[in-house]
Amino acid sequence: MNAKSNSERRLPNSAGHRRDALWLAALVHRLSGLALAGFLPLHFLALALALKSEAALDGFLRWTANPAVKVAEMGLVFLLTVHLAGGIRLLVLENTPWFGQQQRLAAGALILAGIAAVAFLVRAA
Amino acid sequence: MNLRLYILQRATAALLAPLVLMHLSVILYASGHDLSAAAILGRTRGSVLWGGFYGLFVVAAATHAAIGLRVIAAEWTGLGRRGLEALMWAAFVLLAGLGLLAVAAVVLA
Repeated sequence: MNAKSNSERRLPNSAGHRRDALWLAALVHRLSGLALAGFLPLHFLALALALKSEAALDGFLRWTANPAVKVAEMGLVFLLTVHLAGGIRLLVLENTPWFGQQQRLAAGALILAGIAAVAFLVRAA
Repeated sequence: MNLRLYILQRATAALLAPLVLMHLSVILYASGHDLSAAAILGRTRGSVLWGGFYGLFVVAAATHAAIGLRVIAAEWTGLGRRGLEALMWAAFVLLAGLGLLAVAAVVLA
């Protein structure tokens, strides 16, 4: 009897693939895209306040000075950067001859997004 | 997803990459300057460059997001083909409509 579990042997219908770094990268890309698509209408509505009056937009900008909002905005910068970097990795993967290092590139996307998010918070603080 | 939507999804991704990079640069610049509404609108009002840049950005992002949402719904929900088409078009109209309204608000108003 083979003592290896399905996940160890990576059989179809097993959950082993969910521990694969590139599967996680695909999930991060999908969830970040979903979150950005959900945020966009709110972003657009906030900017459209300028149609009402300059004062209305100023009121919104004052609200964004709240530290909790700054932290949320940092999260948005992270999502946008990780989706951008992950998307570039996919475009390169699909349109150029195969090369290794895909897991490192996916990790690089996460690191780049982290750096962009921290840079935003440092400048906004 | 059919071939036409696949190509459109990848083409908008390639178009969005430099646009998002520019937008991130604007975000990082603005975050360090505590800009007021007057300062922002003073830069954007009547600007063909900002209007063209963000108009293109909105249409590309709305197209990319609508097709992406269709793909996710196809894999994660039990929606049929008609439901997926309706979801995709509703997302596109909502995002493109609100996005172009926002661009008009800061460029034309």
